[in-house]
Amino acid sequence: MRKGTVQLVAIAVVIGVLVTLVAVLFQWLPTSASEEFDRIQDIYWFATIISIGIFSLVAAVVVYSVWKWRVPVDDDADGPPIHGHTGLEIVWTAVPAILVIAIGIASAVVLSENGQAGERPLEVEAVGQQFTWKFVYSDYDDVTSGELVLPVGREARFTMRSVDVIHSFWVPNFGQKQDAVPGIETTILVTPKRTGEFAVICAELCGLGHATMRAKARVVTQSEFDAWVKEQAA
Amino acid sequence: MTTTQHDASRVEAYPEHFEPPHGPTWRLVFGPGLVRGVWMAGLFFLLGMLLVAGLRWWWGWDPVWLWDVIWPIAGMVTAPIGFLGGIGAFDYWLYYISGRPTVLEDHSGHGARSWKDYFRVNTDHKVIGIQYLVTTFTFFAIGGLMAMFFRAELAQPGLQFLDSQSFNGLVSAHATLMIFLFIIPAFAGIANFVVPLMLGAPDMAFPRLNALSYWLLPIAGVMFLASFLAPGGSFATGWTGYAPLAEGQPLGQTFFNMGVQWAGASSVMTALNFLVTIITMRAPGMTFWRMPLLVWANFTTSLLVVIATPFIAGSQFFVMFDRIMHTSFFIPEGGGYVLGYQHIFWFYSHPAVYIMMLPGFGIVSEVISSMSRKPIFGYRLMALSLVGILFLGFSVWAHHMFVAGMADWLRVPMMITTLLIAIPTGIKVFSWIATLWRGRIRLTTPMLFALGFVTMFVIGGLSGIYLGSVPIDIAASDTYFIVAHIHYVLFGGSVFTIFAGIYFWFPKMTGRMYDERLGKVHFWLTFVSFNATFFPMHYVGLRGMPRRVFDYDEAFGDLNFVITIASFVLGASFVVFVYNMVQSWVRGPVADANPWRAHSLEWQVSSPPPIFNFDEIPQVVGGPYEYGVPGARHAVMRSGEPREVHV
Repeated sequence: MRKGTVQLVAIAVVIGVLVTLVAVLFQWLPTSASEEFDRIQDIYWFATIISIGIFSLVAAVVVYSVWKWRVPVDDDADGPPIHGHTGLEIVWTAVPAILVIAIGIASAVVLSENGQAGERPLEVEAVGQQFTWKFVYSDYDDVTSGELVLPVGREARFTMRSVDVIHSFWVPNFGQKQDAVPGIETTILVTPKRTGEFAVICAELCGLGHATMRAKARVVTQSEFDAWVKEQAA
Repeated sequence: MTTTQHDASRVEAYPEHFEPPHGPTWRLVFGPGLVRGVWMAGLFFLLGMLLVAGLRWWWGWDPVWLWDVIWPIAGMVTAPIGFLGGIGAFDYWLYYISGRPTVLEDHSGHGARSWKDYFRVNTDHKVIGIQYLVTTFTFFAIGGLMAMFFRAELAQPGLQFLDSQSFNGLVSAHATLMIFLFIIPAFAGIANFVVPLMLGAPDMAFPRLNALSYWLLPIAGVMFLASFLAPGGSFATGWTGYAPLAEGQPLGQTFFNMGVQWAGASSVMTALNFLVTIITMRAPGMTFWRMPLLVWANFTTSLLVVIATPFIAGSQFFVMFDRIMHTSFFIPEGGGYVLGYQHIFWFYSHPAVYIMMLPGFGIVSEVISSMSRKPIFGYRLMALSLVGILFLGFSVWAHHMFVAGMADWLRVPMMITTLLIAIPTGIKVFSWIATLWRGRIRLTTPMLFALGFVTMFVIGGLSGIYLGSVPIDIAASDTYFIVAHIHYVLFGGSVFTIFAGIYFWFPKMTGRMYDERLGKVHFWLTFVSFNATFFPMHYVGLRGMPRRVFDYDEAFGDLNFVITIASFVLGASFVVFVYNMVQSWVRGPVADANPWRAHSLEWQVSSPPPIFNFDEIPQVVGGPYEYGVPGARHAVMRSGEPREVHV
């Protein structure tokens, strides 16, 4: 049995290392361009570590059992009549409960942080319409643009509306997504932390042109932003 | 067999019932069957059409011939009723109501003597089970071909050979067929065949209702497919059919609204039947704690179906009323509440995920226990965890709406309940692998699929934990990560268990053995190509590819090409399965009554079972999984006490 335990652990470690390599060798997440996405990525990695552990454990037991106790199909004998083990059952009820509650608490904290607007965020109204986006800057005399331009480092609060069906505002590098729903207003916060060009994508099936409902998002410095606003207003 | 004598005595007593006073041609046209079904469907279509047009003419409404209303009434309500009447689904009840002679114990519509009996209204749960399975696998093939069509389109960015309407239509119909015409009813088919046998019952509690529930299914399937012929194309708003997008769609959307009603009615009737059967028709000694876990699984699933399905029926009726009756349930301009649709829809459609998973849990418990030659580990906790999922399953629906703009306070409670479902699910996974431990494992095809299920379902469950966490869901929602997750749950999960169940009970259903070598080829082809198809979808989704798009960023081109090729291999693997099934059914070696040496009751009768299942009453004396316990029996036959049939 001792030897068996060593073998089982060895299989689990091998599987764990392989899965970990898959998790770290590929860049699964887009480069974060917002403070909100940084916090989301923390949770993502927390969940990934737990997932690697659980998957390795289950896969190792399956592989080990089949390797160790496989018999020919016409074998006649029965296995030992083990009906259960109360201690084990308590453990595998309690441990997952602790793990998921930990993920839940961490998620709730991040959700709350990502939802708290600081003082005087940049107000942007995002209007979805089949199949375009329109961005209205109410702080700047309702300057309106089909391109989303944000100053880096300043929190932006999007207020979303839709004039026809449900659309969903999504910039993968911001990690934030929110539906624009006809009849109600929805909001979401983004604090861009790096300059560059990103894609605004509609993530909710909105009709025949859904796949083409895209816009450009540009994160620029505050002075570039001021210049851009002036230019738009003129 | 007792039944033949039984029939003969009935024929003598009620000759007018068994020998209709008309010739064969008359009977072909006017007797119950597909021919009468077709012409009565046509007749009832005309009646429905005239009803609508007549009323409109009477009230002076213009236009009189409003096809947006005629189709839903005549094509999707009266014609199907005519068809059902034509094939004879209502004959007994109509005879009874009108006072014509009926025979309570008339079993002439019971059992199959030739292949033609599978195309008739048949009240035998074993025949109905096979009708279900053949029908659902047909729709599985159609839905799979649809997937291969749009995968071919997705092999490169940009539009190749589809247009956006047909792309959205194929995506929507693929999901709709797989959910409503394959996974849910395929489990109903397996359970139909197996559950009464496992309980020691001669049939389901309501055999005529059982037959009716089956025949509602092809109606729903034909309706979904016929939408492709509608002007403007098929429904194209995803299987979720969100309002208000669905409100303004062409006629095809109505086919979805109504098809769901027929599929849903079929589900509810079957579920009621299972509940009554399981509660009232257990063999002597079969307490709840002696029921096989497959029975437990179908008991909890049936409760989910009965409670949840009316909600999707309501949601689709409301959308249809908005579309054709100018109500405004979900039209904001008329005071409607757009998010109301999603709340009602997901109040069904989240429990539906468990409707599509719990029966699979049951199948896998049977397979793993009997193939490892060990009692299922922690039987009572396994049963209770099903009940736990049943209750928790109703408290998590809004996790589909974390980015939908619903009340903010709902997000954290729904996240917690969602994450808590990992606990009963984890109990099941750990108990299965503990059942393997020190077993004597026979790696047959059903066992391969069961083990494939356990590992793949763990991946689907873990990606579910990511999605349960609100912040991660906000990033990953509506992307290909969701597509990957749902396929790990519904293909690596449900479909693998359906395959496991089909192989496991194939000898019982057909009396013949499938080809083990082909079964293994099928498993490995499916397992490898399934992962090659769906695992990369996690990646493209997280990186920024939304779901339900025909065009995407060029950066995802190579990976999508790989996914498409893998999906073709996955499609091809199904051909191996079909060949094996057809070939073995016709020519396979004759199977023993109990080739797996399993303990539950269905294996204690011949393969295929006698027409009323048990010629002697089984007396249940112990649990169903007592492998390795010396002298343990699940049931003994009360020999010398022939069973009286009261169906």
